[in-house]
Amino acid sequence: MTSTTDKKNINLTLKIWRQNGPDNNGFETYYADDISTDMSFLEMIDVINERLTLEGKDPVAFDHDCREGICGTCGTMINGRAHGPEKGTTLCQLHMRHFADGDTLVIEPWRSRAFKIIKDLVVDRSPLDKIIQAGGYISVNAGKAPDANAIPIPQETAETAMDAAACIGCGACVASCPNASAMLFVGAKISHLALLPQGKPEAMIRVMAMVNEMDRQCFGNCTNHRECEAECPKEISITNIARLNREFIKSGLF
Amino acid sequence: MQLDAKIPGGLLTEKWDRNLFELKLVSPANKKKLDIIVVGTGLAGASVSATLAELGYNIKSFCLQDTPRRAHSISAQGGINAAKNYSNDGDSIWRLFYDTIKGGDFRSREANVYRLAQISNNIIDHCVAQGVPFARDYGGLLANRSFGGAQVSRTFYSRGQTGQQLLLGAYGALMRQIAEGKIKTFPRREILDIVLVNNKARGVVTRSLITGTIETHAADAVVLATGGYSNVFFLSTNAMTSNVTANFKAYKKGAFFANPCFTQIHPTCIPVHGAYQSKLTLMSESLRNDGRVWVPKNPGDKRSPDQIPESERDYYLENRYPAFGNLVPRDVASRNAKMQCDMGKGVGETGLAVYLDFDDAIKRDGKDVIIKKYGNLFQMYEKITGDNPCENPMMIYPAVHYTMGGLWVDYNLMSTVPGLFVIGEANFSDHGANRLGASALMQGLADGYFILPYTIGGYLAETSMQKVTADHPEFKDAAKKSESRINRLLSIKGKRTVDDFHKELGSILWEHCGMSRNSEQLLRAQNLIRELREEFWENVIVPGSGKEFNQSLERAGRVADFLEFGELMVIDALARKESCGSHFNEAYQTEENEAKRNDKDFCHVAAWEFAGDDNEPVFHKEPLAFENVELSQRSYK
Repeated sequence: MTSTTDKKNINLTLKIWRQNGPDNNGFETYYADDISTDMSFLEMIDVINERLTLEGKDPVAFDHDCREGICGTCGTMINGRAHGPEKGTTLCQLHMRHFADGDTLVIEPWRSRAFKIIKDLVVDRSPLDKIIQAGGYISVNAGKAPDANAIPIPQETAETAMDAAACIGCGACVASCPNASAMLFVGAKISHLALLPQGKPEAMIRVMAMVNEMDRQCFGNCTNHRECEAECPKEISITNIARLNREFIKSGLF
Repeated sequence: MQLDAKIPGGLLTEKWDRNLFELKLVSPANKKKLDIIVVGTGLAGASVSATLAELGYNIKSFCLQDTPRRAHSISAQGGINAAKNYSNDGDSIWRLFYDTIKGGDFRSREANVYRLAQISNNIIDHCVAQGVPFARDYGGLLANRSFGGAQVSRTFYSRGQTGQQLLLGAYGALMRQIAEGKIKTFPRREILDIVLVNNKARGVVTRSLITGTIETHAADAVVLATGGYSNVFFLSTNAMTSNVTANFKAYKKGAFFANPCFTQIHPTCIPVHGAYQSKLTLMSESLRNDGRVWVPKNPGDKRSPDQIPESERDYYLENRYPAFGNLVPRDVASRNAKMQCDMGKGVGETGLAVYLDFDDAIKRDGKDVIIKKYGNLFQMYEKITGDNPCENPMMIYPAVHYTMGGLWVDYNLMSTVPGLFVIGEANFSDHGANRLGASALMQGLADGYFILPYTIGGYLAETSMQKVTADHPEFKDAAKKSESRINRLLSIKGKRTVDDFHKELGSILWEHCGMSRNSEQLLRAQNLIRELREEFWENVIVPGSGKEFNQSLERAGRVADFLEFGELMVIDALARKESCGSHFNEAYQTEENEAKRNDKDFCHVAAWEFAGDDNEPVFHKEPLAFENVELSQRSYK
């Protein structure tokens, strides 16, 4: 299925999860015919939805916004893989040239106890906001800051912090984890802030508060399956979970 | 009505300090009693919500997205300008001010732009303190790069994700205030109307995008941080939900709309590839630091780029503009790309593209250095096109990207409706007829962190208001009207989809009110838009109901507003009988095909007042006075 196709237009069978209310749900089959391989995956869904609309049927609800891989809004499972088969790619940046003529695609929403389904492929990811509210920031009011160059930060440190800060909060890590854990999401934020000198004063309080909130929001724990790292569209490394654990232990000790 | 921009007197360099002193203050105890609604959670909206909450006000924050962190500021790639002069290359507040005024082709306010340049430095300090991981030199100090329209290196950046990192900084500050109980968030809410009581903005009508419930919210002031209206063109680099609805409702309630025809067409985007295309993707302008723009010298040359020898390539920006070369401002770069393609020298399948070539940069600096600078952009390009920019030159073409026009505001960022403030891209104030790269992030954060938090206090301190709740008849009336409009959209049950109408509107505007305009085309566009609008209200199909999660209905409401707003853009373009910045009217050009301003008759802001659905809007003029810079023909040669 992942083989790049040379054919310009392809035909696909889609099995899409439809849900409107807790009891009204199940897969429905749609045929996507004559799909240009230059299309993005979401543009292919647009084509299906235009057709459904004209037929007087309810189009498929799906989340999306920037369509350039940075806002973190889009995301579904395709044949059991978050954001589909391409590594380091959000759903909106996945193009149809990565599928072959005749493929069948099973399209489902993120599934996790913490993310309730709103409609079809749309889920509620606000529990991730709750975790950030617990401490995913540096407490500085506007007006208080010293000169930006007052604290030199080694380039390597800044780059490692940036690697972690690149998280787009899409929830693919949660969706692909067998425990529905948010440890990669939390680890990325903890790492970003704990690595930088500005983030150190609050580091201990932060890690405790965020981990507690993560538990409260019904996310599972990490048992090192590494599915999150494999599916993260921004390729956030699992070393951030190791750093989270270190910070957590430090916080418990002192 | 005489527009009063309320620009403080005194020397340009002292106006902001003077204004700060002259503004009345709200005491800390009284701030706790005041409620402010902020619509939008991009750089301007998130930063202002957080800062106002830090000061003690009670904030209600609304956004369309499922969480505030996804606002479209997140997509900004290249960087943010500041006059730090860390590069020691002769930068100063005055130079940033001058470059921005000149870049805007002398159609912005001196006092606003100077204030922006002053505040630019505080923004960098604050963002670093928040933990924004800006790029650094080996010594650990902040790194800079160059952007268009400047000859100094003043742009701070976080790889190609500067907007994301700045927004996550502001989002963190917002989340912190939610935890403190000072901000209440309302995600997945669409603004359906602005509510005025006794001619002052006192609240909003919203629709929950999850349940469809119509809600009303009252406050002491309303801040719109709702972004730009590029999506009126259907294809743009804006996120899919970006829209003009809240701003247009404000316009209909009496807020003047300024310079709507000033729309920025960004030169470096991935070219259009098919009719099903849903949006365009920007490649950061920072690429022009190292990429060289060229086309074949001979029209119709269809050889692959590696088969075209140096002597048969036209590096047209370097040749025409030796001083700035590939780093000319966006409007100039875009227009030149169009000119080359119009001459038949465009490349790629459609002939609507030019090359952006990194071959020389890779030979000079090595592939690793170039990948480190632009890796994520190259990756994005390859994902979309299936082509590797290290091996073949990128193909780029201009696309709609940003709107300089917006709701008219005075120096204190208040619109013509008392108590209705407008910040960030949603207002018109700082970029004139063309915005320079890396200035949008600067303006959004300047407005949000350092300007509005003070100026709104001035308004609240000197305005006596009765407490109003959402039970007031004005709220009930507005909610009822919003609901009946939704019902009307649902009841048409026609034969054309919302997107189909939107695409047609976009193509009318792109063809007639895009990179190059003339009066005849604009008049035609006005008629076409009217016809399309009529057809929309008779023939659109919106499935589903209003009482559920219904994305077609969301889009229908936005497109209905775009269909009215598009005409306003055209009316503004028709009225501005000159060329300036992004607004290029073919009748007004120099012998070298550059934009020719008419400072005698058009050195003003055009502010439009809504005069009823069946009437032309009323034109108001805010003359622009230039006391500190000399109006000159922009030259980047």
